[in-house]
Amino acid sequence: MLKVIDLNIMDIREILKERILVLDGAMGTMIQRYNLQEDDFRGDRFKDHQSPLKGNNDLLSITRPDVIKEIHAQYFEAGSDIIETNSFGSTSIAQDDYDLAHVVYDMNYASAKIAKEAAVEYTQKNPKKPRFVAGSMGPTTKLASMSPDVNDPGFRNVSFEELVAAFKEQAKGLIEGGADLLLVETITDTLNAKAALFAIDEIQEELNTNLPVMISGTITDASGRTLSGQTTEAFIVSVEHSNPLTIGLNCALGASALRPYLQVIKNKSNAFVSAHPNAGLPNEMGEYDETPEQMAAQIKVFLDEGLVNIVGGCCGTTPEHVRAIAELVNSQ
Amino acid sequence: MSLHPNYTRPYQYKWNNLPYLRLSGLEPLTVTPDSNFVNIGERTNVAGSKKFLRLIKEQNFEEALSVAREQVEGGAQIIDINMDDGLIDGKESMVAFLKLVASEPDIARVPIMIDSSKWEIIEAGLKNVQGKCIVNSISLKEGEELFIQQAKTILRYGAAVIVMAFDETGQADSYDRRIEICKRSYDVLVDKVGFPPQDIIFDPNIFPVATGMEEHRKNALDFFQATRWIRENLPGAHVSGGVSNVSFSFRGNNKVREAMHSSFLYHAIKEGMDMGIVNPSMLEVYDDIPKDLLEYVEDVLLDRRDDATERLLEFAETVKGDSTKEVKTLEWRNEPVEKRLEHALVKGIVDFIEEDTEEVRHKFDKTLKVIEGPLMDGMNVVGDLFGAGKMFLPQVVKSARVMKKAVAYLLPFLEAEKEEGQKSAGKILLATVKGDVHDIGKNIVGVVLACNNYEIIDLGVMVSAEKILATAKEQDVQAIGLSGLITPSLDEMVHVAKEMEQQEFNIPLLIGGATTSKVHTAVKIDQNYTKGQTVHVLDASKSVPVVSSLLSSEKENFVRTIKDDYQKLRENHALRQGQKNLISIEEARSNRFKIDWGPQEVHKPEFIGTKHFDNYSLKELSKYIDWTPFFSTWELKGKYPAILEDEVVGVEAKKLFNDAQSLLQRIIDENWLEAKAVIGIYPANGVGDDIEVYADDSREKILTTFHTLRQQQKKAANVANFALADFIAPKDSGVKDYIGGFVVTAGHGIKKHLEKFEADHDDYNSIMVKALADRLAEAFAELMHERVRKEFWSYAKEEQLENEQLIREKYQGIRPAPGYPACPDHTEKPILFSLLNATEHTGVKLTESMAMWPAASVSGLYFAHPESRYFGLGQIKKDQVEDYANRKGMEVKDVERWLSSNLAY
Repeated sequence: MLKVIDLNIMDIREILKERILVLDGAMGTMIQRYNLQEDDFRGDRFKDHQSPLKGNNDLLSITRPDVIKEIHAQYFEAGSDIIETNSFGSTSIAQDDYDLAHVVYDMNYASAKIAKEAAVEYTQKNPKKPRFVAGSMGPTTKLASMSPDVNDPGFRNVSFEELVAAFKEQAKGLIEGGADLLLVETITDTLNAKAALFAIDEIQEELNTNLPVMISGTITDASGRTLSGQTTEAFIVSVEHSNPLTIGLNCALGASALRPYLQVIKNKSNAFVSAHPNAGLPNEMGEYDETPEQMAAQIKVFLDEGLVNIVGGCCGTTPEHVRAIAELVNSQ
Repeated sequence: MSLHPNYTRPYQYKWNNLPYLRLSGLEPLTVTPDSNFVNIGERTNVAGSKKFLRLIKEQNFEEALSVAREQVEGGAQIIDINMDDGLIDGKESMVAFLKLVASEPDIARVPIMIDSSKWEIIEAGLKNVQGKCIVNSISLKEGEELFIQQAKTILRYGAAVIVMAFDETGQADSYDRRIEICKRSYDVLVDKVGFPPQDIIFDPNIFPVATGMEEHRKNALDFFQATRWIRENLPGAHVSGGVSNVSFSFRGNNKVREAMHSSFLYHAIKEGMDMGIVNPSMLEVYDDIPKDLLEYVEDVLLDRRDDATERLLEFAETVKGDSTKEVKTLEWRNEPVEKRLEHALVKGIVDFIEEDTEEVRHKFDKTLKVIEGPLMDGMNVVGDLFGAGKMFLPQVVKSARVMKKAVAYLLPFLEAEKEEGQKSAGKILLATVKGDVHDIGKNIVGVVLACNNYEIIDLGVMVSAEKILATAKEQDVQAIGLSGLITPSLDEMVHVAKEMEQQEFNIPLLIGGATTSKVHTAVKIDQNYTKGQTVHVLDASKSVPVVSSLLSSEKENFVRTIKDDYQKLRENHALRQGQKNLISIEEARSNRFKIDWGPQEVHKPEFIGTKHFDNYSLKELSKYIDWTPFFSTWELKGKYPAILEDEVVGVEAKKLFNDAQSLLQRIIDENWLEAKAVIGIYPANGVGDDIEVYADDSREKILTTFHTLRQQQKKAANVANFALADFIAPKDSGVKDYIGGFVVTAGHGIKKHLEKFEADHDDYNSIMVKALADRLAEAFAELMHERVRKEFWSYAKEEQLENEQLIREKYQGIRPAPGYPACPDHTEKPILFSLLNATEHTGVKLTESMAMWPAASVSGLYFAHPESRYFGLGQIKKDQVEDYANRKGMEVKDVERWLSSNLAY
């Protein structure tokens, strides 16, 4: 299983030994600022599509690439070293809700391409600070090890094979569109993640590529477990066979609540550690109101303890949050 | 010394700094060079368990799951699942079963071993396990190409692998073939596939011995030697195997089989076998194998004599059947006296303890040394076995009885020698707090700690904070343990903690008992006592590690871990509090549970007023006993009657049950306990969330009012916010409804018998009597409820339910008790007691914390409506607390104190 050595990878591994890299923040929160309408989402290509498309943010990579690229630029401007592609929900399983399963490859390819263009631009501006693109792969909308029907615990609405097929298609689009890394994130069910890792391994073998993989789980409640019930350490053990570049946590909780679980990852895994928490917990209105300063103060604790190698934001975070984090990282 | 001719030194692990083997279910399992032997449960295997095969064939997955659960509860660290049988669809069964296992956190917490000889079943299994599992197994049987391909796929799925010593020419049956195949497999996996060496586990084939065939003579020895060779030469690799194979020729003779398994494991582990598929109930303690049997067995396993097989077969005949058992049980009497003491302690036999103690006393110049020497040695064995999960609580309590008897016998000699008392590991004060009378759990903790050489000062029940602290100072104790069962005791514990802070104590404070929890301890108690550490102790088995950590040099680390843990719990608790979704009491009331009240909804009772019963037949009560909680009192987990057949605790559960039965018989025959009851039924109507109780059917005179609390959680559509008042017709409906109440006890007369047992140092029977009295009181409540339904209120005259159905609450109507989830307010108890004149009729009194004395008592209300049901109140808001205080004429702060566990603020 010989793989081509990509200089980029050597770079990022070497860089991570030297310093902490900053990831970007939320995409959805930023898209909201543009107040886009149904027509924006449809563009020319989908103007006659049978179902409503507003809210399908990933589709904007095809229909409003200008908006997505501008958001990427804002994050680079704020100090991000790595940005995530706008492809969190771009799998045939998630896009089936919009009757867009057949467009998934294009969506991923476009998302990676836009992000790469922005990255190249900023790397050229300042070659001492190379910028990277992480192809974002969300968990899909279905879970492989949990039943959606409480009365039938043995039932599943998705199979491992279906997940592998969906993730493989996504990963192919991201790789061919120019992603530097792949980020399997917001993992609520480790079996879904294992399907993604399985798919990535297969497609990289087929394409003869060797992109580093970042894995980021989600602790959903105060007991410190994933939605599918695993402790943080059990989660690490279950995914480490893929030799990931990083293992980390994102979403669901604010930064301070993630701390004890990041410690587990740091102590129990050989991978680098990543964290991209939410801007606190949503308030009664479902909004995130933690300010950049508040968030940075908590992230500072991670840095002081040497807990993380890659840090950024998830739901509710903005370029302002990322700027605060980047300043903090630079001041270390 | 090794059994391998080339290796003389003790086994050295070859790790080459490789990472450890790590596996996971919902929780991780790491196998390090220091790990004890990892035991893999074998009962979820259709090839090995007839019962499991039958359940899978019948598609009875529910019960099949319970087989898995029992194994995990019994200590299996991994469960092996095998569906290879010609008569079932192996692939389909594997997938269906794994999906169900995933839905059971109790089972799914351990890693899975997917066991099949069919690759398609293995791969189907791999697609349905979220943790890192083990594949059992692959081999070179069908050539290197397929082997590589399968190994690569397994790696991609993220699993570890068992490799059988099998190649293209067949299964390895000699030492040379074993190491040849394992070496070749290892090299292919590591060099050609890139398989992590630490994730490779070899199964070098455990074959039967003593088959009578010459070529099988070295089967075990070859295995041992191959194991050593693998661990010494293939870095990182592990060795496993299916142990029960070795004794295949002795099917039907469990005595010999158990001895063979233990002896086999003993040697194999020494040679480096670090995992194995084992049936824990088919294992004898190695040291307990009779010396003669062990010799014959090892002659065979180690191939020490030409006639080894004949001799073992011959001997096996003599240990077959039950007739020899009786004779054999007394064989231990021929051992030296120290061994006899140890045997008596481990097995809990009191019959010879005084004569043995007398005998051993003459061997020492000082009596104290008898305790410190042979007796403590014996108890240390007990402690180790208990700590390792090889003995269970009822056995330990019996051991303690033996120990106490021996010490009591020595006491006069000790005093004559005027020695300083025995040096104990530490002095611990235990007490059930003021207002609470429950002490079974506390007594068990006392016994377990005493077994571990702690000096216990037990102040008994209903002990005030002042007395606890004064005694603690006077006796200079090293830790205080508080126990309590009812919810108000939680507040009393907080009070004790505050007092300790005030009086500048700094010793550890231990919290235990049914209503206590780690969260409550962290949130409510710990912070009030900053000078010392408060620790919640889940059950008796946890008490020893907790206390020994607190009183040792590890204290600092231990306390730091606890502090971090509690801090996290507090943060999480605060977080959750913030997220609670509660609605106002008005809103909750408008979503009350609606019954379309009409006269047909109500059944008029046969009488109004009270009836009381004295000296109720204990025999009658005993038929209504629910035994499951009895076993949980003894920390044996499982449902009656299945628990009696449980693979791990079954034997002990059966013994305990037999002891309970014979003591129960004595209690009944000799009338040890007096059972008394009062029941009452009265006209009643709902007024808001209150229930007015009337003197007669004219409904003019209000006798009293019950106050009920309403759930305030935000509910999903079509789910009501319940209050008990919803089950009684409201006054304005014009429907004439009724309510009942009861107080029963089976605790009178118990004291005399407890004192007798305690005087005899017999904690086992003392705890047993209490546990039985509790069961009888609960049974009494069940029985009276049935009579109320069928005779006195007679709304269910035709009811025909078995005890099992009663336990599962299949009847119409409910009997909620004040202090339990539907009505957590204990202060409703005095209202019930005065309505029924209960203290006069039954002799049951209420303490200041509203606990009932005697402890073996039960009280509650009867609701008859078919829609009435049990529910949990959950958290409530201040608006309801204020309204409730107003309705009851109580101060808000008093209500808050009684309902502290339910306050959302």
